[in-house]
Amino acid sequence: MEIKKITVIGGQGKDGSKEKVNRFELNMGDIVSIVGPTGCGKTTLINDIELFANRNTPSGRQILINNEPVPDDFSFDPSKHPIAMISQHTNFLSDLPVGEFLTIHAKVRGTSDVEKVVDETIQFANQLTGEAINKETAMTELSGGQTRSLLIADAVVIGNSPIILLDEIENAGIHKTKALELLKRYEKIFVFVTHDPTIALLSDSRIIMQNGAMQKLVVSNPEERIVADELKKIDNVLLHFRGLIRAGEEINQHQLEQLAI
Amino acid sequence: MKLIIFAGPPTCGKTTVIRQVIKRMIARNLKPSFVKIDVLYADEDETINKEFGIPTKKIYSGELCPDHCNVVVLDEVVEWAEKAGSDFLFVETAGLCLRCSPYVENSLGVVVLEATSGMNLPRKIGPMLTLADISVITKIDLISQAEREVFRYRVLESAKDITVVESNALYGIGIDPIVKQILKTPDIEFPMYLRGNPPVGTCTICVGKKEIGAKNHFGVLRTMNEELFYVGE
Repeated sequence: MEIKKITVIGGQGKDGSKEKVNRFELNMGDIVSIVGPTGCGKTTLINDIELFANRNTPSGRQILINNEPVPDDFSFDPSKHPIAMISQHTNFLSDLPVGEFLTIHAKVRGTSDVEKVVDETIQFANQLTGEAINKETAMTELSGGQTRSLLIADAVVIGNSPIILLDEIENAGIHKTKALELLKRYEKIFVFVTHDPTIALLSDSRIIMQNGAMQKLVVSNPEERIVADELKKIDNVLLHFRGLIRAGEEINQHQLEQLAI
Repeated sequence: MKLIIFAGPPTCGKTTVIRQVIKRMIARNLKPSFVKIDVLYADEDETINKEFGIPTKKIYSGELCPDHCNVVVLDEVVEWAEKAGSDFLFVETAGLCLRCSPYVENSLGVVVLEATSGMNLPRKIGPMLTLADISVITKIDLISQAEREVFRYRVLESAKDITVVESNALYGIGIDPIVKQILKTPDIEFPMYLRGNPPVGTCTICVGKKEIGAKNHFGVLRTMNEELFYVGE
């Protein structure tokens, strides 16, 4: 089945009242963020999307694919599942080297040029991490950030899933704006659960959550894009100083003035 | 009566899966009973009896291997369950040496594997996996989606016709497909036969010879370099 569009139809919040956003649609290439304080139901919303909820989860939401509901007993072959979920896991438990794991996963997913895809995945991940991952590293030895980077790269390149859900990618110390930039090159639906203003404003739209319910859908306006670009600069300043500190350098005011913020 | 045999490495979640299955059987007004075969310690018979009020039993294999014990006592166990008026007998065993499997012809063999136990597990456990009908993968919530897919592949690589069910048994996710298969299982037939072939030879260790080294044993022996040879009549 080719997925062109998914629709989320609202249910109810924690107090049982109807959600204010009763419908929103995601088309291929759309990037949406889900924002709100901890405990407001952000993860529950992406879980509903992942499960193709059909008014059968506590929220009562319904997910449509290409305008059609997904039957209760419908199950995808897990290796062809159209949704990849990058949860907040920050460690692997698999006792395999990275290269071997990715090779098997690429085969499971029916990739034709396995070697090329595995290399592309590692390259993708290495643009997001500090220390580079190589094929020989054991999966279990990867750091939290390396793990998260590899999971994102694996979902996008090997999984090649049309819908990718990412739960708080900013937490693991990866280069988040770089991640967003790389992800935008792939024509997919991306849903970010995030506390990060830069990610939220760089998305096409954002869902505001409160008390388990979708309260508001805000479409990013051109002025917000300008603000997002400024926030990106601030992020880059922070990353620049992180690099200097990691390199063992002493920091002075002059360095800050040079960056002219 | 239908016989369902659950096997799997220690602490993989066999009992948690069985409890969820039994809960659904009872909800359908079916009559299950439960037997646990273990080596040294088990209290699942008491907890399951207390929770569901169904006939339960535990059997300590003691000096025997649990799978060996299973072969020797299963006819009596089946008789016990039939007398208790059960439609379904669940047997949980802690088979240990991985050379044989506890499954019987005309029963349902269920192997329970923990998703967190490493990608090589499916290759390590031999007939316990390859002769089973269903492989239930537990604790899926603890690993990433990519790892789930690779683990599933490794299971199917060892047992290509097996039905794979991914489950988070604590929350009862993935239990319904197991119940569906149980209901489709044929009734047990007598005499009962073990599925597959038992390991080769008479085990001199099982009969109590403690001396180390092939020269002290008889039957089918081997060297360190995998050369098999036979000593005896």
